[in-house]
Amino acid sequence: MKMELVLILEAILLTANQPLTVAQLTQFFTQDESVDSVAIQVALKQLAAQTQERSFDLIETARGYRLQTKQRYSQWVVKHQEEPIPKYSRVFLETLALIAWRQPITRAELEAIRGVAVNANVLKALIERDWVRVLGHKPVPGRPELLGTTKQFLDYFNLKSLDDLPQLAELKDLVV
Amino acid sequence: MKRLLPLSDQLPLALVHGQPVHQLPADLYIPPDALEVILDAFEGPLDLLLYLIRRQNLDIRDIPIAEVTRQYMDYVELMKAFRLDLAADYLLMAALLAEIKSRLLLPRLTPTNEEDDPRAELVRRLQDYEQCQQAAAVLEALPRLEREHWLVQTSVELPLREQPLPAVDLKALLLAFQAVLQRAEQFKNHQVKREPLSIRERMTQVLIALQAKPQLAFSELFSYEEGRRGVVVSLMAVLELLKAQMIEITQAPEPYAPLYLSRVVAVSA
Repeated sequence: MKMELVLILEAILLTANQPLTVAQLTQFFTQDESVDSVAIQVALKQLAAQTQERSFDLIETARGYRLQTKQRYSQWVVKHQEEPIPKYSRVFLETLALIAWRQPITRAELEAIRGVAVNANVLKALIERDWVRVLGHKPVPGRPELLGTTKQFLDYFNLKSLDDLPQLAELKDLVV
Repeated sequence: MKRLLPLSDQLPLALVHGQPVHQLPADLYIPPDALEVILDAFEGPLDLLLYLIRRQNLDIRDIPIAEVTRQYMDYVELMKAFRLDLAADYLLMAALLAEIKSRLLLPRLTPTNEEDDPRAELVRRLQDYEQCQQAAAVLEALPRLEREHWLVQTSVELPLREQPLPAVDLKALLLAFQAVLQRAEQFKNHQVKREPLSIRERMTQVLIALQAKPQLAFSELFSYEEGRRGVVVSLMAVLELLKAQMIEITQAPEPYAPLYLSRVVAVSA
């Protein structure tokens, strides 16, 4: 069983359509199998080591563990797609970047930094993609919405948490 | 670009001293055809300003306001010429630049320090926006799904799991059926039809029959085809006729003897 656990986890992750946490993985086992979260974590480490010789990696993002193809194979994998990969516009990236680094942030604050009105379509697209959500309301007149990023956003950009984003201080050094 | 550097450094100086340096070097301009595309690509006044500053390799903290303002206004004028939607943001920035420029031109009574520099606020905003651009670039560079990585997924065609059906015992089924029937009962229609056999009509028939024969056996009044209703109607007709004293019934004085109907002979006293 112990030997096989690595392969069992690989099989589960291969057939999963979303990242799985250790807690979720434990639920794949019966009590008789007595697989606890520690055993799973050990096996996941082993699996991660094994994938070094494979075309894919085991990675942990905000929503859990998943298997994904290695970057160096992307130029071939991408040929599955007939359409070219969409490129995000500057306004899209700048808006998302500000929300990611400066969250929680209001529309007014976004406008102050970028010097132009917030593009409503961009914000709508970000919310519809489940990358940005309303975290709450700022206790100032008008109670403006406070925007922040979601776990799906972190997931998409291979981040485990917001701490994985490069620090703004580092950016400031770049600027000056 | 390099060739421009010393020149643009001179320009604000030249203006401060009132020297009429108004012609821009020709290569500061972009051919108008290309301009239209470029202007459309700006993300706002801060973006345009940053572009102008970077184009001359200037330090963001030491902007030659006069020169930048003039270039900025040139672009804004071009935007007007190309009828691009000139957002109010651009005009606001133009006003701000003009204000900063005029403040710089005013003689100062007190010795200047950096905080008094009217450019400070603009510099701060430009730095803030530049940081935003850097953040966007960092984000763009992050490896992401569907560009650098794809989910490794084998498609599994699991047979549709059969939902276990809840067990139903016969008794519950019967009870349910009974309930349905009871409910159906509530909705039953009772059609009330006019009785096709009329008592009055039967009375007439009996009287007609008695006109043909003086006596009629009681049993002759009933026909098998009319069924139970016919029996009832005939009996009622006979009783009505008796009550009206239009007929008489006679029976031989012995048990179960047949009954006979006869006309009442009008007693003409």
